[in-house]
Amino acid sequence: MIDFDLPTPVKRQVQFIGMLGEQVMRPVARYYDEHEGERPWEYINLIWQTVRDQGGRNFSADTTPKLDKEGKPRPRIGYLMLAHMVEALSWGDAGLYLSTPGSGLGGAAVDATGTPAQKERFLKRFAEGEPKWSAMAMTEPHAGSDTAAIRTTARLSDDGSAWILNGEKIFVTSGAMAARDSQGFVVIWATLDAKAGRAAIKPFVVEAGTPGMTVAKLEHKHGIRASDTASIVLQDCRIPRDNLLGSEEIADVRAAGNKGFAGAMRTFDATRPLVAASALGITRAALDFTVQYLKERGVTIHYGLPLHQQSAVERDLMQMEAQHRAAWLLVLRAVTKMDAGEDNALEASMSKVKAGQVANFVAQKAVELLGPEGYSCTLLVEKWMRDARINDIYEGTGQINRLIVARRLLGYSSRELR
Amino acid sequence: MISFTPTEEQQLISDTVRRYAAERLRPAAHDADETRSTPLEVIARCWDLGLLPSAIPEVDGGFGDAHATISGVLAAEELAYGDLPISLYLLTPGLFGLPIAHAGTAEQKERWLPHLLGDTFAPYTAACIEPIWNFDPTAMQTTATRDGDSYLLSGQKAYVPLAADAAAMLIYAREGQATQIFIVERGSEGLEILDREQHMGLRALPTYGVRLEDVREAAAARLGGEQGIDSRRLLDRSRVALGALAVGVARAAYEYAREYALQREAFGKPIAQNQALAFMLAEMAIEIDAARLMTWEAAWQLDQQLDATRQAVLARQYADEAVLMVADRAVQILGGHGYIREHPVERWLREARGFTTILGMAMV
Repeated sequence: MIDFDLPTPVKRQVQFIGMLGEQVMRPVARYYDEHEGERPWEYINLIWQTVRDQGGRNFSADTTPKLDKEGKPRPRIGYLMLAHMVEALSWGDAGLYLSTPGSGLGGAAVDATGTPAQKERFLKRFAEGEPKWSAMAMTEPHAGSDTAAIRTTARLSDDGSAWILNGEKIFVTSGAMAARDSQGFVVIWATLDAKAGRAAIKPFVVEAGTPGMTVAKLEHKHGIRASDTASIVLQDCRIPRDNLLGSEEIADVRAAGNKGFAGAMRTFDATRPLVAASALGITRAALDFTVQYLKERGVTIHYGLPLHQQSAVERDLMQMEAQHRAAWLLVLRAVTKMDAGEDNALEASMSKVKAGQVANFVAQKAVELLGPEGYSCTLLVEKWMRDARINDIYEGTGQINRLIVARRLLGYSSRELR
Repeated sequence: MISFTPTEEQQLISDTVRRYAAERLRPAAHDADETRSTPLEVIARCWDLGLLPSAIPEVDGGFGDAHATISGVLAAEELAYGDLPISLYLLTPGLFGLPIAHAGTAEQKERWLPHLLGDTFAPYTAACIEPIWNFDPTAMQTTATRDGDSYLLSGQKAYVPLAADAAAMLIYAREGQATQIFIVERGSEGLEILDREQHMGLRALPTYGVRLEDVREAAAARLGGEQGIDSRRLLDRSRVALGALAVGVARAAYEYAREYALQREAFGKPIAQNQALAFMLAEMAIEIDAARLMTWEAAWQLDQQLDATRQAVLARQYADEAVLMVADRAVQILGGHGYIREHPVERWLREARGFTTILGMAMV
């Protein structure tokens, strides 16, 4: 039955995070925007308790079926819950949200491609002890969207006991925290044979502090400055043989085909709607603020007025609200399918395309509507516009996601529609 | 619990209407537009689907259930996917029957609803929009003035579908500061049906101007009796319905353009293999899905008896923009062929433009 009512636990969580956003994140949002590179420990320590107590997964959901008292499978709401949490935290502050400790993007890759034993080994740490981060490293200086072109290599050591990684990764979200400053790990995507294309690209887990892995640089960004974005250099970095995610045979390029890479794509099916949710958290922040700010100054939206009686500002605000809601419904559809265990690649990319676009439209419009005040750093609106901008770029640019949507709709392979 | 899956029954209705729209409405659409007439046998067959009765609650003799609004938008999308003007023709009696079902007195329901629940299509209609650019449904220029035991109605209406054949129609008029509705029968003194109108699109749907000069109606003809009506709720319902119809037209245009782009070759490959076109199609599909979800949410709020005005307004506005964007791009994708009336996409563009105008209420 078509239904738009949310489960009670989700509503409660949204309420809780809303309070956290208002009381903990908003007050320090400007500070960490202006002090790029400083870690927001007051937020990290607070949110870590929540993340840890919930099992440590903050960017992927436990998809093992749960049974109710009568032995029937209980409907899963893991991704629905995550989308709401990510949205609500990003409403508080997107940069801080991206600094959240927990299993993160690296954990999402482990969840999508790891064996049960690997999931246990790598993810257990996020449910105990001090704050930890994981990161996912795909992009390289010369290879962004074209992931098949990555050059970081992995080869077996002569005695066969270890993988040896060499290469450079850039734009790694939480890279410094995952690789250097906590007991976390980085999932490095590397090729076993640069000539073999996608089929040879596999995910490897590199534990923080592994000799040969160094954080070479921290980026200075347009927005989301509270989040560390690192370059990671791998120089003869030796990792245990069973740190290759998935079963041992995926290392056989010819036999396993592009199993590892397909895993990366599966990771995106899960993470793209969550990134879209983050975009829409920023969108809602900008929208809520603008509507409230203008309301206090005498501009109220009247729903259902004839066109000739609407002011241009009112018209803009309604369009912003409609766009925001439409994008959010696309996200809800994508995560609902994910929770149901259905293929959601199309819906995931659709939600990402739309949310990336809407976040920028709404945040830029908010600056416009508030004029000189919108542009000023005394308000957070200009910051939200900068924070929003990344959402049409990372986790697949708007163009890459349009390509994915188009291929699905037209029945084309990546060779037929390039 | 949140879900985007229709019930089995809804899916069945939707599939049935979809099949009907594809087999009956779509093949008739081109000639209906050219000749400005809807084939009555199509209407007669479509009436058998029982769409209007399923929107009228069971207590009033229909078989509408607690999810009737959602079921209605699912059916409306499929109908409009076939052809919009023929769909509107078929749905016109609902403009008369649904306000009565939702806001009429027991006597009004008893008197009029049976006419709409019969085995054959019966033309009833409603006159809402007025022939002015700045039409405002909350401040009509048509007036209703109390005069002793009765009301005097005066004013001019436009875009009244099937007015020439309708046995009775609802007249929307300003009474004091509010909009009220009056049931006016054919042949009432002072009621004049004007010439058939000509529009850019929706040509298969006959619409007329209607003039009222001191048309006298008994107080019993006022919808809802002494209490009158809250026109807001009725507006919300028509917004949602129009949103769903817009999604149907958009989907028709998108699918046609997609198939064309897959077949048509240029420079040695299907034009769909160019990113410029593929991206257009991707965006069209995204906007259609988004508009549908917006409409569903507003319909769900109505079924839940929640205040749906905000969502209904936003959904309608969203769907209006989406259908125009999609139909326009469909024309572009077909290039020169898109401009030729042999292909339906130019017709869909003409119809898409009408969503902000048709039925008047849609203007807000």
